[in-house]
Amino acid sequence: MEQPKPSSVSVPLKKVKRKIPIAPFVLLIPWFIGIMLFRIYPIMMSFWYSLRDFHPIMGDRGFVGLDNYRWLLFDFPLFWRSVEATFRYVVFGTPMVLASALFIAFILNFKLKGVNLFRTIYYVPSILGGNVAVSLIWIQLFGSNGPVNTIMMMMGMEPVSWLRSEAFAPFTLIFLSAWQFGSVMLIFLAALQNVSPSLYEAASIDGARKFRQFISITLPIITPVVLFNTVNVLLRHFQEFNSAFLITDRGPNDATNFLNILIYEYAFRRFEFGVASAMTWLFLAAIGILTLILFSSSKHWVHYND
Amino acid sequence: MSTKNKINAVVRYTLLIAVGLLLAYPLFWMIGSAFKHNADIFGNLNILPPPGRGTTEYFAAAWQLSPRNTMAFYYWNTLQFLIPRVIGTVISCTLTAYAIARFSFPGKKIVFTIVIVTLLMPELAFRIPIFMLYRDIGLLDTFAALYIQEFFAVGSFFVFMIIQFMRTIPRELDESAQIDGCGPLRTLIFILVPILRPIIITVGLLTFMWGMNDFQGPLIFLSSPENRVLALALRGLLQDYDVTNFGQIFAAAFMALIPTLAIFFTCSKFFVESVTSSGGKE
Repeated sequence: MEQPKPSSVSVPLKKVKRKIPIAPFVLLIPWFIGIMLFRIYPIMMSFWYSLRDFHPIMGDRGFVGLDNYRWLLFDFPLFWRSVEATFRYVVFGTPMVLASALFIAFILNFKLKGVNLFRTIYYVPSILGGNVAVSLIWIQLFGSNGPVNTIMMMMGMEPVSWLRSEAFAPFTLIFLSAWQFGSVMLIFLAALQNVSPSLYEAASIDGARKFRQFISITLPIITPVVLFNTVNVLLRHFQEFNSAFLITDRGPNDATNFLNILIYEYAFRRFEFGVASAMTWLFLAAIGILTLILFSSSKHWVHYND
Repeated sequence: MSTKNKINAVVRYTLLIAVGLLLAYPLFWMIGSAFKHNADIFGNLNILPPPGRGTTEYFAAAWQLSPRNTMAFYYWNTLQFLIPRVIGTVISCTLTAYAIARFSFPGKKIVFTIVIVTLLMPELAFRIPIFMLYRDIGLLDTFAALYIQEFFAVGSFFVFMIIQFMRTIPRELDESAQIDGCGPLRTLIFILVPILRPIIITVGLLTFMWGMNDFQGPLIFLSSPENRVLALALRGLLQDYDVTNFGQIFAAAFMALIPTLAIFFTCSKFFVESVTSSGGKE
């Protein structure tokens, strides 16, 4: 606690400072209950379940130690198939979203008329998010006679089975994610608009040089926001559920059977809570490690101005 | 303006418009196709139905979303969990943000750290034990399972957003209110809430729109047909019922997105500003 300053502080303020205030603790009661009941208790229980052969209807069939983990890692090929599908989605989806968001933010950052209109329009797809209606549209858009294949045929390419081919189905979902780059773009744009224009006054340089200037001057300044967005987009992609569940129905041949869906299936279809919890913890470990790597590497590439 | 600059501007606008059209196309195509017969939907890129061939008949079919119920029924069910969710989120997140942003107390750093950590924790980490908890207290297959949490400020993102906004309000305002004899709660309600109005509206509307997109929650916690919400009923178009007219699917999708789109376009100023300020500063 701060020491009261000797002379300049007026009497009533001193009184306020001395006692520990009750108000914030009262105000935090709902939050505290929420954290205990819906966050800390569940995360601990989840670890407990993962060490047991636990089935909510048949009951707790006892402690099995690390058996659930061992089974997942060594005897359950579908788990690795799902890890592969999830990583494919993350590895292609994350950079695509980040790159398009940053590029569009870069263009919008020129003082153009109508910027507000454009950022509103670009934001619409992300507000629709995982809505089931969007999945319904996407299925038709990428259907065998849908607009996407129509364009490909107009350009002289062979139509593709976007929903039923193992090679293309993941990309149908990645394109949906890329379509929703708007919220990430807005955050980039806000950061760009905070960059002081005095850093690059020369207004007459051409587009190509502007881009190089962007890479070498502007981008380093906004690296904290790049980190923020990267972590967010990465975590969002790891947890993808709706699109793969609805559009490709995990297939074909489990090519889009993401971990979140596999966990759902083992938890709420088969009620194998032990296995599902162990899978949850492996999932948490993976994203935890990745996030830590990102944060610790940030020392080398994120520039904080203070 | 030099010619070079003019060319640059033209290039930029062309690019922005092209991207805009690309992004908007799926939605316009959906709306247009809701007025089309099957034969006119596929194999072309047109948004509008061919002249004289437009129809509104599929809207009636889409309104009857399942053999048993109309879309009104599913909208009503959706509102039954969404409205409490909005109220709970707004109240509990404002109280929590107020405590963190406006008071200094022992443990404040820990509280703030927990808020940030839970911001990064994925929902699915808590799902199974919460399911068991709801089962034990009899909340499974009730709408309460979809909103009870929100009364306890679990929406860390919104807590964070309100804190950021509150920091821009000068502290002298609450201090002078306190000197005038206002307690903490009255200071919040009469002094801060009026200023916080835009962010509170944003939090409420975002909760609403994200709730419209919530599919996994209803899928896990609701089971009986009379509790089906819109998201689950729309999924029925994919698997349960035989839909032979695609116009019906598009009309249903369109009608399901109308609230979100309407809210967005009437209030877009709020969101664009607040998304911008919440993320951009940290």
